[in-house]
Amino acid sequence: MADPGPIVESIFRRESGRIIATLIRLAGSIDLAEEAMQEAFASALASWPEKGTPDNPAAWITTVAHNKLIDRARRERMQQEKQDCLLYEMEKRGSPPNASSNHIAMTYPDDRLRLMFTCCHPALNPEAQVALTLRTLGGLTTPEIARAFLVPEVTLAQRLVRAKRKIKDAQIPYEVPPRHLLAERLGPVQSVIYLVFNEGYIATAGDNLIRRDLCAEAIRLGRTLCELLPHEPENLGLLALMLLHDSRRNARINQQAELITLEEQDRSLWDQERINEGIGLVEKALRLKQIGPYQLQAAIAAVHAEAHSAAETDWRQIEALYRKLLLISPSSVVALNHAVAIAMSEGLEEGLTRIEQIGAAGELDEYYLFHAARADLLRRLAGVYCEILD
Amino acid sequence: MRYMFLIYTTETEMAKSSPEEMQKVQAGHLSVMADTSRKGILQGCDPLQSTATATTVRWRNGKAMTTDGPFAETKEQLAGYYILDCKDLDEAVQWAARIPTACGGDYGCVEIRPIREMSARPSFPETVRDHAGVGNG
Repeated sequence: MADPGPIVESIFRRESGRIIATLIRLAGSIDLAEEAMQEAFASALASWPEKGTPDNPAAWITTVAHNKLIDRARRERMQQEKQDCLLYEMEKRGSPPNASSNHIAMTYPDDRLRLMFTCCHPALNPEAQVALTLRTLGGLTTPEIARAFLVPEVTLAQRLVRAKRKIKDAQIPYEVPPRHLLAERLGPVQSVIYLVFNEGYIATAGDNLIRRDLCAEAIRLGRTLCELLPHEPENLGLLALMLLHDSRRNARINQQAELITLEEQDRSLWDQERINEGIGLVEKALRLKQIGPYQLQAAIAAVHAEAHSAAETDWRQIEALYRKLLLISPSSVVALNHAVAIAMSEGLEEGLTRIEQIGAAGELDEYYLFHAARADLLRRLAGVYCEILD
Repeated sequence: MRYMFLIYTTETEMAKSSPEEMQKVQAGHLSVMADTSRKGILQGCDPLQSTATATTVRWRNGKAMTTDGPFAETKEQLAGYYILDCKDLDEAVQWAARIPTACGGDYGCVEIRPIREMSARPSFPETVRDHAGVGNG
């Protein structure tokens, strides 16, 4: 048989989040689960070339890893000659595995959701939340995450070790929070996913391939979140927002790796499939009538996506959406975007006045897009006066 | 798992609070104490006298040096503690949110620390128990 490496690798990428989530539930420990999963993947590399790839590779890996956990618990129990809580816990939590079959019950779709809430627990710092989410649910390796965030590998490894230790020592639960806490606890999960996406989308430094992976990973996590909690409109809004941004991926950078503004992008390069999916999600979310910042930003991106040319952009609608966004999550950056929308819909001078007012606060002095927006309006105004003179 | 809840308040602000506010704080504590002891998870709690009564002992050059006050001038001062046996951190967070941190409620904080259990906890001799008041709670 051919080298199983690529198959095993692609299964790791696609399925390791699901597998690790199940194993953590069974083992009650992230470290033990990771170790068992690694051993199971190693077994796959050794046995698949001979016996062939099983029908359900992910279930095979889970079963083998589960057996390794049980073996380990037994070994430890014999060594220590005392009741091992791991074995007890596993027997209590999981059904006895059947090593020869492919059908270990993966009947806990909530495992990944549980893991998301554990990784993004507010008791962990945001950097640790991101690293842990990518490592466990995203199946990215420590060196890959380190490269993507431009931090030394040692730093990232330490971050992961500390986070895992805190989960264990402070007993951060491996559970989906009860309904009354859900709104509060979903926030960090959504912002970790969006942060991963932005890291891949906005920053231009670092390894391009990995950055692309980060976006794909964030979208995948966003999909999982929607799949598991489909009635939370902000989950839909977040996924829509990422899809709509990502649809412009091929149009936003030229061959010299320079960013191209939305106005100048070749819109035929936009990914229509992503746009359609994004627009569909925005509409579905808005119909749930619980407006939130991700939905509004996604709606704004959808208005841009619907315009066949920059000139056809419905700036009035964008202005109204930014006005709503400014009400529910006010910031000087949102105010700046609102001012630009005013300039484009009501008049350049009105918009420029607003921008000058926002700039007077000084908060955006270091924000290059503030100066870019102001320069752009001044350029447009100059054009208007020239037209009058002509 | 046992957690210790360290209550930090601002003593200067505390001193300014009205009798009604003091009563509200006390009622808050009584309600937490009642609910946690009914659940059988309350393992101890006490308010502390102000830092004006504190004494610090530190080893310097092989000698125990006694000074007044806490170690550093901090914005918030330790004012009391709870020890609760909770299922996990989420349960601990929910109790912490109910512990009044100060009069008025919007200053101060509660720090939750998991207790590091000793594998073999020494049993206290009776004499120590009597003098230190261990186990009287």
